[in-house]
Amino acid sequence: MIAELLLNGIALGCVYSLIALGFVLIFKATGIVNFAQGDIMMLGSFFGLTTIGLWGMPYLLGFVCAVLATAVCGYLFNRLLLQHVVGRPEFQIIMVTIGLGYILRTIAGVVPGWGSLPQRFATPFDGKVDVVFGMPVSQERLVIVLVTAGLMVLLFLFFRFTRVGIAMQAASQNKTAATLVGISVPGVNSLVWALGAGMAGVAGILIAPITFVYPGVGYVGLLAFPAAVLGGFGSLPGAFVGGIVIGLLEVFSGFYLSEWVRNAAPYMALLAVLFIRPSGLFGVRLQKKV
Amino acid sequence: MSGGRLLVDGLTAGYGRSSVLNDVSLELDRGQVIALLGANGAGKTTLLRCISGLIRPTRGSVSLEGASIVGCAPHTLIRRGIAHVPEGRQPFPHLSVRENLLMGAYSLPAGKAATQVLDLVYHYFPILKERTRQLAGLLSGGEQQMLVIARALMGRPQILLLDEPSLGLSPKLVGTVFSIIRRINEEQQISVLLVEQNANAALQVATHGYLLEHGRASRKFDAAELLASDEVRKSYLGHG
Ligand SMILES: Nc1ncnc2c1ncn2[C@@H]1O[C@H](COP(=O)(O)OP(=O)(O)OP(=O)(O)O)[C@@H](O)[C@H]1O
Ligand SMILES: [Mg+2]
Repeated sequence: MIAELLLNGIALGCVYSLIALGFVLIFKATGIVNFAQGDIMMLGSFFGLTTIGLWGMPYLLGFVCAVLATAVCGYLFNRLLLQHVVGRPEFQIIMVTIGLGYILRTIAGVVPGWGSLPQRFATPFDGKVDVVFGMPVSQERLVIVLVTAGLMVLLFLFFRFTRVGIAMQAASQNKTAATLVGISVPGVNSLVWALGAGMAGVAGILIAPITFVYPGVGYVGLLAFPAAVLGGFGSLPGAFVGGIVIGLLEVFSGFYLSEWVRNAAPYMALLAVLFIRPSGLFGVRLQKKV
Repeated sequence: MSGGRLLVDGLTAGYGRSSVLNDVSLELDRGQVIALLGANGAGKTTLLRCISGLIRPTRGSVSLEGASIVGCAPHTLIRRGIAHVPEGRQPFPHLSVRENLLMGAYSLPAGKAATQVLDLVYHYFPILKERTRQLAGLLSGGEQQMLVIARALMGRPQILLLDEPSLGLSPKLVGTVFSIIRRINEEQQISVLLVEQNANAALQVATHGYLLEHGRASRKFDAAELLASDEVRKSYLGHG
């Protein structure tokens, strides 16, 4: 029983981690707190519904196409919208992201084939069960964990070894210096948006069989906030672990306490962290020498 | 690399409604080192920001080899040969020394070019080679200053704009940094525009200099002339 709860919690947590990672990436690079992150995840779910469900693409191909489509949307959101409000007072920028989320939900309700009723698309893992260490394990959850783990490794390699990945870090650490070495900061930031949206897109497709697909599914993405805060708001490994913790918290409190507690638990954890340890579980900072 | 020729003519600039520079003109010839001296708030940093495109002047022109560069996007200027080392040591603190330097070569085509320049830069700054894997934010102040100059060199510039490289360094380290600047100028034929408050050190390296006072630039002086001038001794050399 515990093992099953554990896997469910971790799988759910992986989805939160993906959303939170994209969220933190965007925040670190652009300073923007993106309240539309959950709705971008919702876009990913719907793109998955379109490619896999409506168009009948093979799962893997449909998956990749849907993620790319979500990433392109993220890129365009920055190019067309957020890039132009950078430097404005913070609340204005937040309003823009909230407005963007609202518009996305509205659009999802009227796109032919999408709509407001919960839908689902078939996956190759529906109802399949593997046996791992002698225990039955839902393939769906296993795939979520494996895909997330794989993405984490890719992300690490990307930031560690590719020119663009290092340039993204450089631009987020010092815009002026980055500009002066020849990095187009707005251009790099659009790529960060693409990356952050793409990760939310992956989350949206992975979680679709569990939550189903409908315009309000992005509420799940709100859990990226407690996850990010738990992780220190700005730390990538922190956001990852924060997501897992939130997933476990939800599943265990839902099982041992009640459904009601389950929904409130992540936010109670958020408040607790903000009061007791505002720097998050991993809030270590590099001291800058002068 | 042959060193570029930079011409600033009638430059007027400011922030919002306050005007900081007033009709400033200066020239930096191929292979020269020019010192730009001025008190706090005179507008030295603002002038460099105008040249590298970080802010747009309201009037006047900046031209490189005869071509105007006003209005160019700031990230494109390194490709044209202008490298600006901004005030106050600004490394990428969470990247390693090596990554900082490779980012300096971001404007070059990817591949072998960057590693070649890296060797050249390590030749001038051997201390950075020893620290290659260290995070830049954990370097000492002097090492960080060397790192940001080295990072600027990685873009293979023709013109180097240096904003107070001596700030906060011990006198001994100032000597080290300035002698490296001189070697880079002589051996790589890179022109240098050196903004300084430490006139003594700057005029050891520079051949010519300008005084910037309340947003207005003087005529071009010989370095020796400035070193001998009573006014400069009083205002910038700390004895008089
Ligand atoms: N971003 C800014 N916004 C508004 N005013 C500014 C800004 N930067 C500088 N100033 C003002 O412009 C004037 C010139 O500043 P600048 O930094 O160019 O001087 P400086 O000669 O470099 O001085 P220092 O030797 O202290 O570095 C100052 O009065 C300063 O207050
Ligand atoms: Mg200054």
